[in-house]
Amino acid sequence: MEQIIFYILAFIMVFFAIASVSSRKILRAVVYLLFVLIGIAGFYFLIDYNYLAAIQLTVYAGGIIVLFIFSVLLIHHIDAEIEVATLARRILVGLASLIGAGLTLSVIWAHPFVVAENSTKPTEVREIGLGMLSYGEGGYILPFEVISILLLAAMIGAIIVAKGTRLTLKD
Amino acid sequence: MNISLSITKNIHDWLFEVMSAPFATVVENVLIAVAFLAFFALAGLLLVWMERRIAAFFQLRLGPNRVGPMGLFQTIADALKLVSKELTGPDKADKFLYNLAPYFVIVASLMALSVLPFSQEFHAFDINIGVFFLIAVSSIGVIGILLGGWSSNNKYSLIGAMRSGLQTISYELSVGLSILTIVVLAGSLQISEIIAAQQAGGWFIIQGHIPAMIAFMIFMIAGTAETNRAPFDLIEAESELGAGFHTEYSGMKFAYFFLAEFINMFIIAAIGVILFFGGWLSPFGITESIPLLGIFWFMLKVLGLIFLMMWFRWTFPRLRVDQLLTLEWKYLLPINLFNIVLMAVIVWLGLTINF
Repeated sequence: MEQIIFYILAFIMVFFAIASVSSRKILRAVVYLLFVLIGIAGFYFLIDYNYLAAIQLTVYAGGIIVLFIFSVLLIHHIDAEIEVATLARRILVGLASLIGAGLTLSVIWAHPFVVAENSTKPTEVREIGLGMLSYGEGGYILPFEVISILLLAAMIGAIIVAKGTRLTLKD
Repeated sequence: MNISLSITKNIHDWLFEVMSAPFATVVENVLIAVAFLAFFALAGLLLVWMERRIAAFFQLRLGPNRVGPMGLFQTIADALKLVSKELTGPDKADKFLYNLAPYFVIVASLMALSVLPFSQEFHAFDINIGVFFLIAVSSIGVIGILLGGWSSNNKYSLIGAMRSGLQTISYELSVGLSILTIVVLAGSLQISEIIAAQQAGGWFIIQGHIPAMIAFMIFMIAGTAETNRAPFDLIEAESELGAGFHTEYSGMKFAYFFLAEFINMFIIAAIGVILFFGGWLSPFGITESIPLLGIFWFMLKVLGLIFLMMWFRWTFPRLRVDQLLTLEWKYLLPINLFNIVLMAVIVWLGLTINF
């Protein structure tokens, strides 16, 4: 049962990943990418990792894709199509992707995978929350705080960039 | 004495008796999906009828009253008419995205419906992340609106879609934070546990008193904005934009958007009921011995909140875009952040009201 769902999801993801890079209309490419990301969320649901699946949906499907769509909406006309690259460039990119795929596959095949016991219970949000805030062994308090400072800096930076000269003119 | 009919459990046992386990799982899932689709259609039509009757009531009119008792079948007749209409679309639209957009909206609201507890046992998907899942899937619906507006190749649609994206993304923050305020009080994201906590210590709107009431007000304002209803309906402001993002849609495709809007209203009201008014719990536990009545209490409370949202619609004038953003970013968000801290302090000091 789980295997069938896995293959369906995998097929959807591979199909739309190829469609995403080969589509000449940019918004369609974004939508295909959205299907790939939702497929990944489906994988997380399949292995009972609900929290990560919801994060995947919120951050990628709800956040990043909406941002992509917004920028496409603002800059692209509906008739616009992406130019086809020259033959030399296409061959170069094809070779580069083949090398990348070969490297990834060789690493995956060389790695001895251990089959996980199926008895592991689904991760609860409470444990994730406590892990985020624990300062003991294996706790994540430091990365958590560092990331929050990073996000704060990014937010302040965005405000300053958006305000531009108006920020200094008023004072 | 628990008079439990346990309909869902009986069906579940019967299915697994008759068929082999994997096949029964598939059949069960299909049955649940069909039940939710039927609910989606029927509740949508009923809510449209309710909206028209209430609008008429507020405007001292009669409203639909010819088809069926009190005009109850009027919206079903309307839906039949929409099914029979030809599906037209603009010539230069991006056909693939144009046809895809309504399904995004519908799938997002169906996914959100699946985690709502209609009663103790009518609960399809009691997932551990519960409320967070609701927030996650509700952020997908806006993609359908953006795509529909852009692919129609119409400037009014595009402006409507842009306004909708702006509004939904801004107000999602307030909805999320006001839900988090209650999660602080409940100590869990799982919906069944949130309701169990209210069964033990009273509904959260009383248990959490001042911060819970502030959170409820913010939730209702932001929820109304997220469903794109008046007074926040500037994405389909009739006097400015035609019909906004669904100007170019006709027949059933228009009906999908229309139904999804009403189901979203149902979802927002249901989340409000789960978080603040005890879900399917009866007031003071008067019918606790009959679990099946939970569905009655749940629907009664949800319809009450929906009535409140319809009341908003005929009471407040529409906001301008800048007023909309000022309200969210300069008032609701800071109040909300302060409110979460207040709630945390109250929970920490044990100042909640417990029965």
